[in-house]
Order: sequence, then structure tokens, then C-alpha cells
Amino acid sequence: MGQQKNLDGYVGFASLPNQVYRKSVKRGFEFTLMVVGESGLGKSTLINSLFLTDLYSTEYPGPSHRIKKTVQVEQSKVLIKEGGVQLLLTIVDTPGFGDAVDNSNCWQPIIDHIDSKFEDYLNSESRVNRRQMPDSRIHCCLYFIAPSGHGLKPLDIEFMKRLHEKVNVIPLIAKADTLTPEECQQFKKQIMREIQEHKIKIYEFPETDDEEENRLVKKIKDKLPLAVVGSNTIIEVNGKRVRGRQYPWGVAEVENSDHCDFTILRDMLIRTHMQDLKDVTNNVHYENYRSRKLAAVTYNGVDNNKAKGQLSTKSPLAQMEEERREHVAKMKKMEMEMEQVFEMKVKEKVQKLKDSEAELQRRHEQMKKNLEAQHKELEEKRRVFEDERSNWELQQRLEQQKMEASRTLEKNKKKGKIF
Amino acid sequence: MEDEGEGVRAVPLAGHVGFDSMPDQLVNKSVNRGFCFNILCVGETGLGKSTLMDTLFNTKFEGEPTQHNQPGVTLKSNTYELQESNVRLKLTVVNTVGFGDQINKEDSYKSIVEFIDAQFEAYLQEELKIKRTLHSYHDTRIHACLYFIAPTGHSLKSLDLVTMKKLDSKVNIIPIVAKSDAIAKSELAKFKIKITSELVSNGVQIYQFPTDDESVAEINSTMNSHLPFAVVGSTEEVKIGNKMVKARQYPWGTVQVENENHCDFVKLREMLIRVNMEDLREQTHTRHYELYRRCKLEEMGFKDTDPDSKPFSLQETYEAKRNEFMGELQKKEEEMRQMFVQRVKEKEAELKEAEKELHEKFDRLKKLHQDEKKKLEDKKKSLDDEVNTFKQKKTAAELLQNQAQQAGGSTTLKRDKERKN
Repeated sequence: MGQQKNLDGYVGFASLPNQVYRKSVKRGFEFTLMVVGESGLGKSTLINSLFLTDLYSTEYPGPSHRIKKTVQVEQSKVLIKEGGVQLLLTIVDTPGFGDAVDNSNCWQPIIDHIDSKFEDYLNSESRVNRRQMPDSRIHCCLYFIAPSGHGLKPLDIEFMKRLHEKVNVIPLIAKADTLTPEECQQFKKQIMREIQEHKIKIYEFPETDDEEENRLVKKIKDKLPLAVVGSNTIIEVNGKRVRGRQYPWGVAEVENSDHCDFTILRDMLIRTHMQDLKDVTNNVHYENYRSRKLAAVTYNGVDNNKAKGQLSTKSPLAQMEEERREHVAKMKKMEMEMEQVFEMKVKEKVQKLKDSEAELQRRHEQMKKNLEAQHKELEEKRRVFEDERSNWELQQRLEQQKMEASRTLEKNKKKGKIF
Repeated sequence: MEDEGEGVRAVPLAGHVGFDSMPDQLVNKSVNRGFCFNILCVGETGLGKSTLMDTLFNTKFEGEPTQHNQPGVTLKSNTYELQESNVRLKLTVVNTVGFGDQINKEDSYKSIVEFIDAQFEAYLQEELKIKRTLHSYHDTRIHACLYFIAPTGHSLKSLDLVTMKKLDSKVNIIPIVAKSDAIAKSELAKFKIKITSELVSNGVQIYQFPTDDESVAEINSTMNSHLPFAVVGSTEEVKIGNKMVKARQYPWGTVQVENENHCDFVKLREMLIRVNMEDLREQTHTRHYELYRRCKLEEMGFKDTDPDSKPFSLQETYEAKRNEFMGELQKKEEEMRQMFVQRVKEKEAELKEAEKELHEKFDRLKKLHQDEKKKLEDKKKSLDDEVNTFKQKKTAAELLQNQAQQAGGSTTLKRDKERKN
């Protein structure tokens, strides 16, 4: 978009990353992690192992110790500091999930919780007066799969299908120390097969431009879903103090990558992809929620025909503005049409009036002509008659004269005058 | 970030967890995305704005020097892709062209304010869209406004005060004294004091370098006391000792741009770019943009609480707005219809009137015609009477004639016959 420019010397904006670093440390970080799974799968132990702290303890018991009759969604917040960096960690757990005899809809309270956090964020984002917007949205959901060794349970499939478009789902094989490596391998393959089959979208590691990183990412992808073991106890192994589970036949070490995928999970979740999980939540899951919510608001009360079209990218306000413009155009058109109809009707009527006038005028002319003709005729008749009469009278006079003359002649004859 | 008191406990960690990499994760993402910074240079023509930009960024940006004959103030914006080590910066430099050149400068600030607002508006529109892509949006909002003050040595011009007052709630203003090599050192100190006091007494809020972060608090607060920065810009290089430095050569000496004794260029660069660039961006977003947004939404009638002070949900707000809006539209439609109905009525009445007149006219003519006809009939009748009278007369006369002829007829007849022969 812009022109490429070469710099002839050090300007100093290369310090921008440091400025960003500085400000982010000052601001502090927050992260919300949800753990879901039947009771007894080692969820609390894993959380404690991940964060190397007694988040769950006898004082603050984990979800399996707080079994409720119905599925609850509860959260605990802890503030942890390390290397000058402060993290407000919220763990959301779901005691009661999958523990009932009838587990239909046990995911609903979880979905409702996720949505309500989205709604809170949406409302605070949409306020006129916006302050600090606390982000309590769920950034990641660790889903614990029981180590049956066979495949996913119907509940697992159902849950992941319903939640994969609302939150970053990371499925984990719990208590992996009950599976041999071969069993684990098979189990993983089976699970991934079923995940693909059901088109479940679990959290995906982003590709980078870095070759090295992509290689690592590929290695992780091959090990999905991660099989984990957690422990609250420290054991001494070969002079080292490690977290592990002591068995008569040996110690399953939590942080030994030959024993389980715990370190991969920890590194990925905390050390490399925590920010990405937040970004995907913000840019993908939240935006999906938001656009659906706003579309519903906008199309409320509008024609179904309009709503059937694809999701508009405009804001509700821009939508209203466009509707206003459309309406103005519609009114103009309507006005023009009404004007046209009006003009046409007026023209019609005026024409009719003109025709009527012309007709009347014509008839009047006709009658006048008629009368004139009759007049003429009469005149002619009179003239003829008068001619005839005067002729006749003339003739009569002549005759009279003649008779007079002949009578006089006769008289004269008789008197003796002869010709 | 403040502690959220309720229910938050601080717990100790039993080892290295690794979330101290969070700032690095965040920084890596920003570096991958690239950074963006937008500077607005406001100042009269000829104060060396373009030269200063070139000097600050060690490159030659676009543009020819402008003339003084612009009819109004226009803003010219250019975007550049710069890179320094692994940091990519999309830099936009906006220049005011023609500022201060007109005879009547009352409206000079307007196009600047409009430009700044337009960038806020574009961001707001994107933010309000239903389907939006904020994380890849090219942010064009102005992060810093360098206000170039002419080196008169006396005080601020009224144009400067008016403009800065209009801009201080919309953008981070960093006032600088341009071409400060025109002012002697002693006068410069007085000039700076005068400027600062004028700004304070007129309530102009200029950008303060932040002092809340301990790592930069000290340097920032020192620099704050050196404002406005007196700068000199130059892309020409002069050999001083055995180095080539950016400088302006005069017969009486050479002004070295990067010599802190000669001018505040280094201070400006340090503050603007190396220490506070990120803060300028943040302030623009959290303060100036929020203010714009708040005003805009309030203007449109949005509120956070209803008359009973209960908070509106987003849905309610939009629905209320929408209903109001639809009602307005319907009213307009209704009004137009009514107007037409009225016109139709009027026209109909008019035409009816015309029709009536027409009929009256022809009724009159008809009557005239009837009269004429009657007259004609009368004439006919009288003619007929005359004809009849004549006929009777004729018949009577002929009868008489016949009788007379029969009486003395034969001789006459003979004579007539002879005469006829």
C-alpha cells in the first residue's frame, strides 16, 4: 500500500517492540482457562501441575470434590507473578459434568456460560462510556477424555461438536499413565479419526514463516491429542526431585516426555501459545458471536426476505443509514410515480374536456351550418317564388293589357274602326 | 491492571511456570503484524515541515515545496513502508498545504479538524460493522500532531492559538519551534516561556510525555520541561572533524542538527520515536478516539442508561433507535401521501369548475340556436303563407280567365292561332 523507503541511518523505531513490552508488563496479563471432564479424571491435579501451585487444595477443592446434582459452572481467580510479569488466571470448572445417569444437555450450562461472557464483553464494548474492558471470555477449554483406550464416548463427541465454534477446544487424554505407549498411540489415532469424521475443529496451531517453528508445530500435531499425567507430589528419582506418581513398579514422571505429553501441553499452553489462544478467542470466536448477535438485532422486524441474504458486514447504524437512503430513494420514486399518475390523469381529464368542448363546438357549427343552409334554401325558395309571382303578375298585367287592348279593338271594331 | 479484590487470591509458585514469556509472545505477534504510525504536520508554508520529516526518518519523502497561493487548506497524506532490523513500520505523513497563506484564516483549522475526524469516523464505522476485521484494519488515525511555530521570537500567533485549541481534544499535540536557528539562544529561552504560558492561559492541552512508568518517568518528565522543542532540520551533510553530520552551514558557523547544544532535534526524536511512540498510539486510541466515539454516539441518541437509570442492553438500544427511525420514515411517507391526496382534490375541483363553465357556455349557445331556429321557422311559415295566398290568387285568376276565354273565346282563339302561325 505504501511506498518502500530505505533509511540512511538509524531512526530508532526499532525500539517499538521494547515500548510494547514495557507497556504490556505494566498492564499485566489475564487468562481464562476452562476445564471440562467427568469427575476423577485428574483435572485439578493437572491444573496444579501446570501452574506449579496449589490452585486446588483442601481449602479450595477441585470440581470432583464438589459434585452437584446438576452441572455447575464455577470459577476461581488467582494472581500469580513470575519474572516481573503478573498474570490474573481464572480457572473455570464444571463440577457435575458427565456424572449423572442422564447426561443429555449437560453441555448447555457451559455453552450458556461462554455466551454470557461474550455478552458481557459485547455490552461493555458497546457502551457509550467505555472504561477498561475486563476480559473474562474463555480463552481455552481443556477437554478431558477418559483413558478407555477404545475411542471417544458419545458425550465427548457431542460436547466437542457443540463447543468447537465457541471456544478453543484442546482435547487431552487424562491419566495417560494407565495406557502403554502402544495403546496410547492407537487410542490417539482412533480419536483423531473420529474427530475428523465428525468435523470437529479443535484448536489449531498457527503456521508461521519460521521453518524451525513449523517443524516443531508439525511434531506437536502428530502427537494430538496430548496424553497427560498430573501430580501434586514431589518424588526423588535418581537424585532429582520431580513431580510424579509412585507405583510399585516405578515412577511415572510428569515432566518426562517419554512418559507423557505434559511438557508439550505446558509449553504450548503457557509458554508459546497463550497469546494466540487469546487472539483466536477475540478475533474468531467472539467475532462470530458478535456478528450473529448484531445481525439478529438488526434484522429484528425486517422482512424475512432481506434476512435470508448473507450476513451484512455493515454496522447496525450503517444499516440504518442505508435504509434511510433507500427510503429516500423509494420516496422519490414514489413521488415521481404519483406525479406521473397525477399528470396522466389530469391530461386525460383535460383531454376529455377538450374533446367534449370540440364535440359541442362541432355540433354547434353543424347546427349553425344547417340553419344557414336552411336559410339559404328559404331565401332561394322565396326568390324563386317571388320571381314566379312577379312573372305571373307581369304576365297577368300583360294579359290584362292584351285583353284590354283586344276589348278596345272589339269595341272599336264594333264602332267601325277596323285595321 | 488493578487487583480485582473480590475472590482473587495471590498464590506462590513452586517453580518456573513460564508465563513470563507472555510479553514476548505479545511482542512477537506485534512484530509479525507490523506497526503503524501516523504523523500530522501543521504549520505555515515554508517552516521546514517536510525537511524535518526527512531528517527525523533519515530518508527523502515525497513532495515539492508548495507555493503560497493555495486558496484554502488541504491535507496531503503519504504512506511509506519503513523497516529497521526486524521491525516494519507503516508510516503515514500528513501535511497541511496552504496553512496560514490566506488573507482570511478563520476557516484554516476546519479542514484539519475534518480530516482528523474523518479518520476517527472510518475507524468507528469499522468497529460498528457486523462483520469486521479490526485486527487487520489499517489504522489511519493521527497519533501525533507536530505543530510548527514560526520563529518570530515574540509570541504565538492568534492563528496558532485558535488552531491548537481546536485540535487539543482530538490529537496529541507536540508544539515545536521551527527553523529555530533563526533565534538567538537568549531569546529562545524567553520565547519558550512565553509560548508555554500562552498555551496554559488559553487552556490548550498539549501532549505530556507519560511519567507513570518508572523506567521512563525520569527522562519523560525532564523532556516535558523542554517543550516546545526548538528544532532545525537538514538533510545536507557537512564534515565536522572527521565525521559527516547533518548540518546547516552559515558564514558565521555551522548548525549541527544532532548537537543538543544547537537545537532540540535529538530530544524530539528521542521522545517522539524512541521512547513514546507506543504511548502516542495508545493515547490516541484510549483517549482521543473514545472521546470522538462517545460524542458521536451521544449525538445519534445512544445512551448507556434509560430514563430510569437502568442500563440498556445493546439490543434494547438498537431496537429503540430502530423503532424511532422507522416511525420517522413512516411519518414522512404518510405526509407525502397526504400532500398528493390534497393536490388531487384541488385539481379535481378545478376541472369540475371548468367542465361546468363549458356546459354553461354551450347551453347558452344552444339557446341562441333554438331562437334562431324559431325565427327561421317563422320565416318559413310566412313564406308558405305567401305562397299559399299567391296560389289561391293564381288559381282564382286562372279560373276567371278560363271563364272569360270561354265567353269570347273562339275568335280570339282563331286570331291567336293565326298569330301563332
